[in-house]
Amino acid sequence: MRCEDVAQLLPEAVDGSGPVDLTVQSHIESCLRCQAELARYRRMLRALQQLRTRYLEPSPTLLAQTLASLEEVGERQAVRSLLSGRRLAYAGAIGGAAVAAAAATTAVLLARSRRRASALRLAG
Amino acid sequence: MATGRTPEMEEELERLTVAARGGDREAFDELVRRTYVDTYTLAVRLTANEEDAQDVVQDAYLRAWKGMGRFRGDAQFTTWLYRITANAASTLVQKRRRHRSEPLEMAGEPVELALEAQPEAATESALMMSRLSEAVAELPPKLRAVVVLKDVYGLSHEAIAEELGISVAAAKVRLHRGRKKLREILFEEEGRSAHAV
Repeated sequence: MRCEDVAQLLPEAVDGSGPVDLTVQSHIESCLRCQAELARYRRMLRALQQLRTRYLEPSPTLLAQTLASLEEVGERQAVRSLLSGRRLAYAGAIGGAAVAAAAATTAVLLARSRRRASALRLAG
Repeated sequence: MATGRTPEMEEELERLTVAARGGDREAFDELVRRTYVDTYTLAVRLTANEEDAQDVVQDAYLRAWKGMGRFRGDAQFTTWLYRITANAASTLVQKRRRHRSEPLEMAGEPVELALEAQPEAATESALMMSRLSEAVAELPPKLRAVVVLKDVYGLSHEAIAEELGISVAAAKVRLHRGRKKLREILFEEEGRSAHAV
């Protein structure tokens, strides 16, 4: 096995995320160059993990801008829900009026047909 | 994965998360105050641009607030937020790539917070960490995103694939290439002298 072939496997081998067979393992154990390369990857991975707590300083206005944009969205949502509430109320009122009108029309028609029927009975 | 937060701080975040899930805006604002430096740091690492990172942070919190009802709480709030930030950064980087012809560059050197405030970060030499930050920023955006999310923030391949809109296999290939490229940038001189011997 050549060092170049082993080097291709090291990016996964460093944290055990890729398969490393016995041939590769025994090559690394006997090859100083590949051991040094693996050590570089290990050091790099350790440093990357430490980068997690190396916080960067944001602009002093970032927090205020972020909270303001959230506030804006909250207000928009409130207005939207208010409007949709009103729309519901209008729709309800229109629907109610339509039902009442239909009921009144039915009552008038029924009364008329009753009057007509009793007039016919009297005439007969 | 070390976060630099004490168990008490984690407990408080958990309490605020529960309240925010119930629609408490003040609790969510408090979550923003406690996590925005962390979110900004991830956004800078992903975009390698401070202005873009600020846009990503705002977008990420807006998405988080809108999706708070869907957050099941089976992961930590911060992990969930990392995923949202990764998705927001990916969207922005793609948009920028369509509109910019020049490669993304750091607008200036980002300022790291004082080391004494982050004791566990002092293990590797300051020089190594500074070189590493620069090397990560030099990676092509697609490779950088996977390396940062996997090796710095400890996200799974599955979560990374989902947020970046790629397959798990593609995420693994990008991690392989990203680590290899990063090793080349970081240890270029050492490698050259080793080969010369």
